[in-house]
Amino acid sequence: MKPMPDIQSAEPDSVFAKALKEGLLAGALALGLFFLVVGFRTDQNIRNELILTQRWGLLAIFVLVAGVGRFLITYTAPWREERKKNKRAVVAKEPSAFRRSFPKIGLALLFVYPFLIITILALSQWYFTGQWSYQSGVQGSLKYVDNFGIQILIYVMLAWGLNIVVGLAGLLDLGYVAFYAVGAYSYALLSTHFGFSFWLLLPMAGIFAATWGVILGFPVLRLRGDYLAIVTLAFGEIIRLILINWTAVTKGTFGISGIAKVTLFGIPFTAGDGGFAKTFGLPMSSAYYKIFLYYLILLLALLTAWVTIRLRRMPLGRAWEALREDEIACRSLGINTTTTKLTAFATGAMFGGFAGSFFAARQGFVSPESFVFLESAIILAMVVLGGMGSLVGIAIAAAVMIGGTELLRELEFLKLIFGNDFTPELYRMLLFGLAMIVVMVWKPRGFAGSREPSAFLHERKMVSGEFTKEGHG
Amino acid sequence: MVSEVQKNTSAILRVERLSMKFGGLIAINDLNFEAKRGAITALIGPNGAGKTTVFNCITGFYKPTEGMLTMTRQNGEEYLLERMADFVITKKAKVARTFQNIRLFSGLTVLENLLVAQHNPLMLSSGFTILGLLGFPTYKKAATDAIEKARFWLEKINLIDRADDPAGDLPYGAQRRLEIARAMCTEPELLCLDEPAAGLNARESAELNKLLLDIRAETGTSILLIEHDMSVVMEISDHVVVLEYGTKISDGTPETVKNDPKVIAAYLGVEDEEVVELIEQAEAAGVDDITAAVDLLSTEALHEIVETHPEAAAVELIPATPTVKAKRNKATAAKKISETTAPTKAEAPAKAGPIKAGATSNALAEPRGGKADRLILIKGIGPVNERKLNEHGIFHFDQIAAWKKADVIAAEVYLAFDGRIAREDWIGQAKKLAKASQAKPAPKKTGGAK
Repeated sequence: MKPMPDIQSAEPDSVFAKALKEGLLAGALALGLFFLVVGFRTDQNIRNELILTQRWGLLAIFVLVAGVGRFLITYTAPWREERKKNKRAVVAKEPSAFRRSFPKIGLALLFVYPFLIITILALSQWYFTGQWSYQSGVQGSLKYVDNFGIQILIYVMLAWGLNIVVGLAGLLDLGYVAFYAVGAYSYALLSTHFGFSFWLLLPMAGIFAATWGVILGFPVLRLRGDYLAIVTLAFGEIIRLILINWTAVTKGTFGISGIAKVTLFGIPFTAGDGGFAKTFGLPMSSAYYKIFLYYLILLLALLTAWVTIRLRRMPLGRAWEALREDEIACRSLGINTTTTKLTAFATGAMFGGFAGSFFAARQGFVSPESFVFLESAIILAMVVLGGMGSLVGIAIAAAVMIGGTELLRELEFLKLIFGNDFTPELYRMLLFGLAMIVVMVWKPRGFAGSREPSAFLHERKMVSGEFTKEGHG
Repeated sequence: MVSEVQKNTSAILRVERLSMKFGGLIAINDLNFEAKRGAITALIGPNGAGKTTVFNCITGFYKPTEGMLTMTRQNGEEYLLERMADFVITKKAKVARTFQNIRLFSGLTVLENLLVAQHNPLMLSSGFTILGLLGFPTYKKAATDAIEKARFWLEKINLIDRADDPAGDLPYGAQRRLEIARAMCTEPELLCLDEPAAGLNARESAELNKLLLDIRAETGTSILLIEHDMSVVMEISDHVVVLEYGTKISDGTPETVKNDPKVIAAYLGVEDEEVVELIEQAEAAGVDDITAAVDLLSTEALHEIVETHPEAAAVELIPATPTVKAKRNKATAAKKISETTAPTKAEAPAKAGPIKAGATSNALAEPRGGKADRLILIKGIGPVNERKLNEHGIFHFDQIAAWKKADVIAAEVYLAFDGRIAREDWIGQAKKLAKASQAKPAPKKTGGAK
């Protein structure tokens, strides 16, 4: 660290010169690389003639981004170094109060979220048109509550459920979406054929999924690591293929539509008499149902979190974590690892089943398309990125990943740069990959790399991620 | 404490005809021993003798090929361990164990490690989690009791200040102690410790002895331990069982085992031939001589170890068992020499004594230039034979090279050989070596040259 200031004092403008040089070099390199790839575009017209389009503007953007980016990185390097040093010292001194109260703030925010959105929208309407209309806020909130709120919370719940299996018990499950499918189809089939209500079918879907969890658990008890991952992956695919091919029951790829909606203790969200809006004397809006669903999934997700938190302080939850750390030591302490693993699979699957039945009720339509391997991978990515075992970290990861994809749809201004046929959401997998790489490089143990102990004698100290193991399976 | 052990002589664990085969490899062969209730039984033996395999059989990690393992609990219940699953052995038969390579839950805190060990009672009081999840008071009380019990053991192993630190963050010695405390939290009646002193320094090892004796005195737990550190074995164990190649070679109090020639041979890795010679010699000369002869042999072996592995002798922190053992023998050898009234056999070989009767024609009174050649360089001459030759005035290669037929016969009489000198061509070997030693100084003796 000592030579740094010496160099700077000897040649004060050397950093700028160096940065400029590197920036120009990077720009030239980008020009060479992208000249043919980006600068020209070949198209065929209707008569099968080759048409060469020149895209100098786009090429200029690429080169500028590379050159300026490199320049900025090099130019700010000493400053960032300095800042990093200072920051480390500050963090060591002060245990940030914000981080400690973050779960509470987040929870409060989640509860007021629909009303916050309504108020903001109504206010903005009032600001632009001078007309105060609460109703327009309600109507406008639909997109934000449904696409962002409910969508993210479903994934939060799924990721929290998978966290029990992967994060706590250390059993790598690549077929988690199968339980989600079991839950969704349980509700879809039993509701359309027998007309059972959501409130009866919700626990039943959980029980069915848990049963499938145990059925998956038995054959994989002896498997570890990669082998366990492969078998669970296969299990997920088997369930999906059954859903596709057992057309007599599931209608195959056609899917099941017209699934009954959820009612609020018998009050349906319909337009007619006895509907929610009429009963409470409100003007009719489909947003009420979405807001109701939002609170429903919020409560379901919180139930998952509550059970996880409680279970971690129970002997069973500790046995899960001990199983993740060392299975042989567990057995030497008289812990039945078979039942411990099965309960982990069953509990995780149960929450997947709950989420599945909610999903079916919300969509009103289920098909095998919704339960592809990619879903399992996304849920697992949330658990890993969030930090295995950490509820807050996983929730943040889910919000970033799902919210991020939804946000891409909103980025209309990108069309101005990349042309009218540019659809940002097509790049979401690319961005997913980039985000994962960045997080894994920056925080290899996920957003929340440390683990909270389940009991303490003197004070609750976080256990650094370097000591915890990922589990053997 | 010894009287207490003698009073209560019933066996807590009986191992009968235990065999364990891995394919063609016989790890344990027809082993029988007993661990007494309230006693500390040590299982020792060279590396690869099958000690850990015995442990794995007792604790259910291996299913033995043959044999019966009977655990008798304090309340009289008998369990056949070979028929039980590993976790049931800890749960029902109350046998707990530790591991040779520490197996703590490194990501859990020290306290949590001890709470995981109390899984089964806590599971019951939480109504298999369901009552606990709903917040029934029975679980709350049980959880408080579990923490109190953990606190008791943390105070015992002197880790109360580090209760909330991750177990993986503890120093090695503390991890060993924590593993023992964790095993004790399962309330075992038999505690199996697999090399608890491995990697500990002398002070930590002494603390461990105290801890184990405390555990036995306060909880009445019987202890079965595998150990290489002889200071632990000899100081605290009441009973020692010695294994070699999966077979029991000695069984008894530490004193008897320590002086058992078979044990010494097993630990020092002497050739069987020499042991047979020694025993024959002892029978011929009377019982008194055997210990002196064995001591001498071990002293020689010690020299050999020091020569071939100087690093092992220099770095005493590494528990190089043979060195430790050999040192002990060296000490006892010195004692024995001072005690015994017949010094002839125990005299150091290099020192020139009176030439014995029946010597060969070219015998010398003492080596030329006061320095004898290393006769063991001749294939077929071991340290014992070298000593015998020296006693009969043979110190140099050229002496053997010059032997006539009559001399060979004379030598064979006192070496108790018949035809071996001719068969192994000692004279031819000696001629070559004599030539070589004239040309340059004799090469250093290496371990494999014998």
